[in-house]
Amino acid sequence: MDFRLTDDQRMLAETLERFLRDNYPLDKRHAISASDSGYSAEMWARFAELGIVGALFGEAVGGFGGTGTDLVVVFQALGRALVVEPFLPTVLAGSLVAELGTGEQRAMLADVIAGKRLLALAHAEADSRYDLERVAANARRDDGGWRISGAKSVVLGGGGADTLIVSARTGGDVADKDGISLFLVDPAAAGVAIRAYGTVDGYRAAEIAFDAARGQPLGSTGAAYPAIEAAHARAIVAVCAECLGAMEAARDITVEYMHTRQQFGVAIGKFQALQHRMADVLIEIEQLRSAVIAAAAQLGAGRDRREKFVSAAKNLAGRAGRQTAEEAIQIHGGMGMTWEYPVGHYAKRIVMIDHLFGDTDHHLERFIGLG
Amino acid sequence: MNLEYSAEENAFREEVRGFLAEKLPARTAEKVRLGKRLTKQDMEAWHAALNARGWLAPNWPRQWGGAEWTAVQNHIFDEESWAANAPRVIPFGVTMLGPVLIRFGSEAQRRHYLPRILNGTDWWCQGYSEPGAGSDLASLKTRAERRGDRYVVNGQKTWTTLGHYADWIFCLVRTSTEGKPQEGISFLLIDMKSPGVSVRPIILIDGEHEVNEVFFDNVEVPVDNLVGEENKGWTYAKYLLTHERTGTANIGNSAAALAQLKAIAARTMKGGRPLACDPFFAARLARVEIDLEAMKITNLRMLVEADAGAAPGPESSMLKIKGTVIRQEINDLARRALGPLALPFVSEALDEGYNEAPIGPDYANAIASDYFNNRKLSIFAGSNEIQRGIIAKTKLGF
Ligand SMILES: Cc1cc2nc3c(=O)[nH]c(=O)nc-3n(C[C@H](O)[C@H](O)[C@H](O)COP(=O)(O)OP(=O)(O)OC[C@H]3O[C@@H](n4cnc5c(N)ncnc54)[C@H](O)[C@@H]3O)c2cc1C
Repeated sequence: MDFRLTDDQRMLAETLERFLRDNYPLDKRHAISASDSGYSAEMWARFAELGIVGALFGEAVGGFGGTGTDLVVVFQALGRALVVEPFLPTVLAGSLVAELGTGEQRAMLADVIAGKRLLALAHAEADSRYDLERVAANARRDDGGWRISGAKSVVLGGGGADTLIVSARTGGDVADKDGISLFLVDPAAAGVAIRAYGTVDGYRAAEIAFDAARGQPLGSTGAAYPAIEAAHARAIVAVCAECLGAMEAARDITVEYMHTRQQFGVAIGKFQALQHRMADVLIEIEQLRSAVIAAAAQLGAGRDRREKFVSAAKNLAGRAGRQTAEEAIQIHGGMGMTWEYPVGHYAKRIVMIDHLFGDTDHHLERFIGLG
Repeated sequence: MNLEYSAEENAFREEVRGFLAEKLPARTAEKVRLGKRLTKQDMEAWHAALNARGWLAPNWPRQWGGAEWTAVQNHIFDEESWAANAPRVIPFGVTMLGPVLIRFGSEAQRRHYLPRILNGTDWWCQGYSEPGAGSDLASLKTRAERRGDRYVVNGQKTWTTLGHYADWIFCLVRTSTEGKPQEGISFLLIDMKSPGVSVRPIILIDGEHEVNEVFFDNVEVPVDNLVGEENKGWTYAKYLLTHERTGTANIGNSAAALAQLKAIAARTMKGGRPLACDPFFAARLARVEIDLEAMKITNLRMLVEADAGAAPGPESSMLKIKGTVIRQEINDLARRALGPLALPFVSEALDEGYNEAPIGPDYANAIASDYFNNRKLSIFAGSNEIQRGIIAKTKLGF
């Protein structure tokens, strides 16, 4: 067994952490989050320059990494700084293009890696909740091309994408795994209506309605489900690592506060009731770290094995995340409730990650189902 | 033992329902239901409606315009008000200051301030906490120095809820540094319009302006504004804490929120059927319902005993801890129930007059931000850690 990062991964981590420390303070993050687009094009270009976007992709498509551990290294650092730029949509949609694209389609990843093109995956729908196979949107043939109709909900990064990857049914029933297809859609095309908005934790998403919008198939018709699930596995590993990074930051801020905040003539860290609770948080964070490392290592494994580890990590992130976020606020007292102080923003991200790609109950059920 | 409501109590419930049906503006109830922002006018109008019926300060003596309700009546009113989506009564004048003035104030103070609380002339806020004095409230430093017939007040209060609306603030101030810290504290009424008072907003994690910092820079306060005796303020503040128990358990609020949660779970689809039928979610829901049902009885048991004159003890601490934990658990389940639709948040949609279609169901927008906002419940009014300490000390003898 060897739990060490490779030299390249260690350098990637150090580069990104240093860059974020120097260039991404929380007040800047809030300003970016509150801007019209909700992300900084300038920052995105700099992330690309540093090779951070490329680290999400394998060499076969022009990236510099792409393994589960690469995702973990990057997203843990992003979580520590609460970075709002569209890394997560890039992983989700980019993985699908890398996996299913024709040579010509995959060529767009060079632009993605260079920071010149943003992708988003429009898959989930209002009634699908967290079920990946539940797709009601449909696609039908029309003079040599495809027309897509349906409504997609909470599309991460959906408002800023240059290219949308849209799932739609070309066969089967609403909850069948067979019959789901993917299409590349130009968000500016006729029949695409996008309503972008902010999320409660400061990120961006959109409701997108398609009304006979033109799309170009990505991968073979009716057989996209396994790739969609695999792309979500990567995104879940990424977001669990982000959660871990945010939890570490929340823990550090809280421990620091316990050392400095005085009440009753002593630092509040002297109260055993608080000490024990932070000790538990520390244990949970190590547990999550292990679950994330394990899931990252299984991304290349067979489907059932991979999914079991992925669901385990996401279930644990939901539980440990809630505990960490709630303790961090509570132990700060009133300070933990303020916008100005950082800990509440970490808490918000940590808790809302439970709402991405399946919450703790969803993955518990899935874990059981995987046997 | 008889756990049934009496005929009179049932009749009272009908009376409350009738009142709410007639007097609660639909527009206001809709805002409460959807977690939208209430304006100062909305809150004042509701106070006025309650006052017109003689129900604004039901626990005050009749002599001062109260109704002398029993614990059970209070409980019924609380339950019905929340169920009807009525706004909460702003507690600072009615439930906090009023009882202190009635017990410890001068006759002149009672005659002057109590009617103005009822008729809405004065909006009060509570100035206890300071940056350095939260849980350790007795360490407060805001000084009031006596000069002739005035006090000169210097210092800072913080976390002052709705202080930006307030005309007056009741403060704990330091008038002596001798003896134990508790022994040098006085209870002072300060006009917010006095020269030297300034208010600065604190924005909470949900982005809302709910609390404030209040600064006092050589603020002159007539000595007539001292409540009771100098250096006895701690006793009055403690009286307030132990005697104001109705509402600490958040029962009515939790019951209404649980009803809403069930409605959400029935409407939300998971795997092609209602979330309410999902065994994982149903188990969570059932657990909190079991807790709340037991809590309703715990609450009534303790309130009825207190009505019968049993000495106030750590009961309010128990009600506070378990009541807030239950309320927060319901908040947690509500955000879970929404699934991905807990994420979208459109702040402008919380204002009246926002006309765009909601993202997802109409009730979804404020659910996650309410979950975060209600983390305050276990922090303020004596944090749950402080309450556990009280139980350990007074009940367990540690
Ligand atoms: C939304 C909101 C509204 C408020 N409104 C008002 C208001 O209108 N007027 C007003 O005067 N105040 C108000 N407060 C202030 C509130 O009463 C204080 O926040 C509370 O007393 C806690 O104080 P603190 O924030 O300074 O936390 P601290 O006292 O610094 O506590 C920090 C942490 O240490 C814990 N702790 C402290 N002492 C001990 C101990 N001995 N053992 C174990 N744990 C301990 C606390 O429980 C908490 O978890 C409000 C607060 C909030 C958040």
